[in-house]
Amino acid sequence: MEQTTNRAYPPGEHPDMKPPIGQSGVLYWLHKNLFSTPFNVALTLLTAYFLYQIVPPLFSWLMVDSVFVADSRDHCRELGSGACWGFIGKRLGQFTYGFYPHDERWRVVLCFVLLIIAAIPILWDKAPNRGKWLFFAAAFPFIAYWLLIGGNGSIAPYGILFALAVVPVVYFSPVDDEARANTKTLTNVLLFVWLFVLIRLQNIFFSYDVDVGLSGLGNTTRTVVTLLLIGLTVLPLFRGGMSSNQRGLWATGFFALASLWHFFGGTNFGFSSNQLLSVVETDQFGGFMLTMVIGVTGIVVSLPLGILLALGRQSDLHIIRWMCTGFIEFIRGVPLIALLFVASTMLNYFLPPGSNFDLLLRVLIMVVLFSAAYLAEVVRGGLQAIPKGQTEAADAMGLRYWQSMRLVVLPQALKISIPGIVNTFIGLFKDTTLVVIIGLLDPLGIGRASLSDTKWQGLSTEVYVFIALFFFICCFGMSRYSIYLEKKLHTGHREE
Amino acid sequence: MSQSIDYQAPPRQSFTIGKLWTDKRTRGLVIQLLATIAICAIILYLAGNVVENFQKLGKPFGFGFLQQESNYDINQTLIEYSSRSTHLRAAVVGILNTLLVAVCGIILASILGFILGVLRLSPNWIVNKLAYCYIEFVRNVPVLVHILLVHGILVHSLPKPKQAIDVADSFFLTNRGFFVPKPVVEPLFWLVVAAFVIGVVYAFWYRRMARIKQAETGQQSPVNWVMLGAIVGAPILVFLLTGMPLGWDVPELKGFNFKGGMALKPEFLSLWLALSLYTAAFIAEIVRAGIEAVNKGQTEAALALGLPRKRTLNLVVIPQALRVIIPPLNSQYLNITKNSSLAIAIGYMDIVATIGGITLNQTGREMECMLIVLGLYLTFSLIISTIMNWYNKRLALVER
Repeated sequence: MEQTTNRAYPPGEHPDMKPPIGQSGVLYWLHKNLFSTPFNVALTLLTAYFLYQIVPPLFSWLMVDSVFVADSRDHCRELGSGACWGFIGKRLGQFTYGFYPHDERWRVVLCFVLLIIAAIPILWDKAPNRGKWLFFAAAFPFIAYWLLIGGNGSIAPYGILFALAVVPVVYFSPVDDEARANTKTLTNVLLFVWLFVLIRLQNIFFSYDVDVGLSGLGNTTRTVVTLLLIGLTVLPLFRGGMSSNQRGLWATGFFALASLWHFFGGTNFGFSSNQLLSVVETDQFGGFMLTMVIGVTGIVVSLPLGILLALGRQSDLHIIRWMCTGFIEFIRGVPLIALLFVASTMLNYFLPPGSNFDLLLRVLIMVVLFSAAYLAEVVRGGLQAIPKGQTEAADAMGLRYWQSMRLVVLPQALKISIPGIVNTFIGLFKDTTLVVIIGLLDPLGIGRASLSDTKWQGLSTEVYVFIALFFFICCFGMSRYSIYLEKKLHTGHREE
Repeated sequence: MSQSIDYQAPPRQSFTIGKLWTDKRTRGLVIQLLATIAICAIILYLAGNVVENFQKLGKPFGFGFLQQESNYDINQTLIEYSSRSTHLRAAVVGILNTLLVAVCGIILASILGFILGVLRLSPNWIVNKLAYCYIEFVRNVPVLVHILLVHGILVHSLPKPKQAIDVADSFFLTNRGFFVPKPVVEPLFWLVVAAFVIGVVYAFWYRRMARIKQAETGQQSPVNWVMLGAIVGAPILVFLLTGMPLGWDVPELKGFNFKGGMALKPEFLSLWLALSLYTAAFIAEIVRAGIEAVNKGQTEAALALGLPRKRTLNLVVIPQALRVIIPPLNSQYLNITKNSSLAIAIGYMDIVATIGGITLNQTGREMECMLIVLGLYLTFSLIISTIMNWYNKRLALVER
C-alpha cells in the first residue's frame, strides 16, 4: 500500500496533493456555474434553448448562406438565402473614402498610417524613443490637414514648428527654478506665436490675404529662406548639449520668425502654382474616413477644452464659474442633433454677411463643444474627488494656480476620471453618425445613398450590420484600452 | 495691565497699474472684468451680425408664422391634426410625440435594464455571459445605427398586411405597423376609474397607518395584500359589477391595410424599441454597479440580525443600491429624451422633425424654429432632472 505520510518528507517539501474529488475539473465547474440549484438548471436550459433558436440561424445568415460576390440583389438571391455581402464588397471603396477622388485615395491611406504612427507614442508609454515621436504626434494634425485637403501645404510647416514649441512645455515638466523661468518665457512666446496662427487660420477660412510684397521676391530666395528657417527650427532636435527647455526656446523663437515669414506670404515651396497636392473639397469627404476625421479631431480638441471648462466651473472667480456652468448646462440640455441643425442652418446668421464657412468645420466645432461640455462634467467629478489638502499643500509650497493644477491636482484628477473620459470619447465617436441627418456622407449616409440604387434595394440590414460591426470594433477597442490604462495607472494608493 | 502695543502700520505702497495684476487680491477681479468685457464684446458682435443679416435678407423676426397653415401631414398624432392646422399645432403634435416616445422608452428601458443588470450578476455562467455580450455589443454601436437597423428589419422583413402575423385575431403585426384593439369607453366606465382612484388613496392611507402602528406597537399589518386588493381588486370588482362597460374596436383587414383599432406605426415602434434596447444596456451596467457597490457586510449583518432574505433585500440592499443608481439613471433618462430627436432619421414626427424640420424648411424661419427647439429641450431636461433630483434627495443618506 502506497503511503504518503508527512514523515516521508522534510517540512515544506511535500508535493501538492490533488484536490478532493468533486472540488475541481469540468464536472465541478459545470455543477457550480450552471446547475447548482433547480432554479439555475431551469435558467441554464432556458438560455441554452434560446441560444439554440437564435445563434444557428444568425450564423448561417451571416456566414454560411451568405453571398460574398454578386452583381445585383437578384443575383444574390439566386446564389444564397443569407446576407448579401457582395453589395458591401462592391461599395467598399465608397464606404471607406466617400466621394474622395479615386486617384487621391492614397493620401487618405497615408494619413491613416501616419495617424497610427502618431498614436503609438501617445497611447503606449513604453514606445521606443517616445519623446522624439511625440514631436511627430504634435505635428500630425497639421500634416493630416494638408494631406486630406491638399493645396500648397502652407499649413504643414506649422505642424513641425508647433510640435517643437509645444511638446517641451507639456511633456518635459520643469522642476527647478531656472527651468521654470524658461518655461514662462516659452509660454509667453508661444502665446504670441499662436496669435499669428489664429489670424492665419482666419484668413484660410474667410479667404482674404495679406500681401506686403514678399511675393515679389524671387522664388529661389523665398525657398532658400523658408528652408533655412525650417532647418534652424529643427536643428536643436539633432544637436546634443542643450537642455530640453533651451531646445524649446530655440525652436519657439524660430517658429515665431517662420510664422511671421509665412504669414506675410514668404513661403511658397518654390511652386508658383501653389498646388503641391490637388485640393479636395470637404464635401467630398465621406465614409469611415469622415467618421475618423470627425472622431479624432473631436477627441483631440475637446479634451483640453473640457479640462479648461471643468477648471472654470471649479474656479473661485464667480463670473468665470457662472459662464462655464451656463455653457456646460446649456450644451448638456439639448440634443446634439439640434446643435448640428443650428450649425447647418443658423450659424451663418452669426457671422459677418457674405462669409461662408465650411460645413464640415461648423460640424466639427459643434461636436467639439458638445463633447467638451460632457468631458468637463467628468473631469469635474475627478477634481471634486481630490482632497482639498492637495491644493493647500501646493499653495503652501508656493506654486501658482496653473502650476498647482498642472503638477499636483490634474494628474490625480485625470487619473481617476479616465473611465469617464474614455466613455465620453466612445460616445463622441458614436455620435459622429448623426452628421448624416444634416447631409454629410458618413458611412450611414453612403449606405442610404447606396440603398437607393434600384439594383440593390432592400439590403438595409446588411448595410447597417456592417456599419455596426465597424463601430463595435472601434468602440470596444477603446473601452479595452481604458481598462488597460486604469490598471497601469492604478498606483495602489486607494483601496477599492 | 493695559499695555498699549506700539503698532505701526505697514508703509503704504504707491499704486501702479502693474499692481492690479501682480497683487493676488485684485488679479481675480481683473480677470473677471476682462472675461466679462470679452463675452459682452462677442455677444454684441454676434448680435450685430444677426441684425445686419436679417436686414440684408429683408426678413422680419417674430413668431407670427406659427399661426399660419402648416400644409403638411403627420402620420401619427395624439391629438387631432390635419394639413389645414397651424404650425403651432404641428409643434404641439411634435412635443407630444417626443414625450410619448420618451416616456414609453424610459419605462421599457428601465424594465429591460433592471432585468439585464440582475442577469449580469447571476452566478449562472451562461446567463451572465449572454447578458455581458448583449450589453457590450449594444453599448458599442451608435444608437442611430440601432434605430435604422430595427426600422429596416421592421419594414423589410415583416409581412404585408395581407399576410399579417396574427395573434388571437385581434393583434396584427405587419410592415405597416402593429395593430391592436382600441378600447371604447362606455358611460359607466367612470365608476371603474373612480374605484381605482379611491383604491389608490385608501392603499396609501392604509400603508401610512400601518407604519404608524408598527412604530408604536411593533405589530405588522398585511400591507401588500391590502394595497393589491385596493388598487387592483376594487376596480376589477366594480368593472365586473357594472357589466364590463368597455368595448374593443378590433382592427380588420380592409383592402390593402387594416382599419380600426390602434396602430403603432413602424416609425414609432422602431424608435421605441431601438432607444429602449440601447439605453437598457447602459441601465444594466448602472444597476450592476449599484448593487455591487453595497458592501457584502451589509447583507451579512442583516442576515445575522435574523432578517429573512426578502426583507434583507428590500430593507437593506435595495435602498443603498438605489442611492448609487439614481444619479446616473437620471442622466440615462435625459439621454433617452435627447436621443428621441433622432426620430427625424426614420420619419417619426417629433419636435425636431416638425418645427426644426418641415416648418423650418417651409417658412425659412431658421432662427425662430431653432430657438423653439432648443428652448423646449432645455425645459424637458430641466423638468426631468428636477424630478430626479427631488427623488434623489429623498433617498439620500441623512447625515449629522
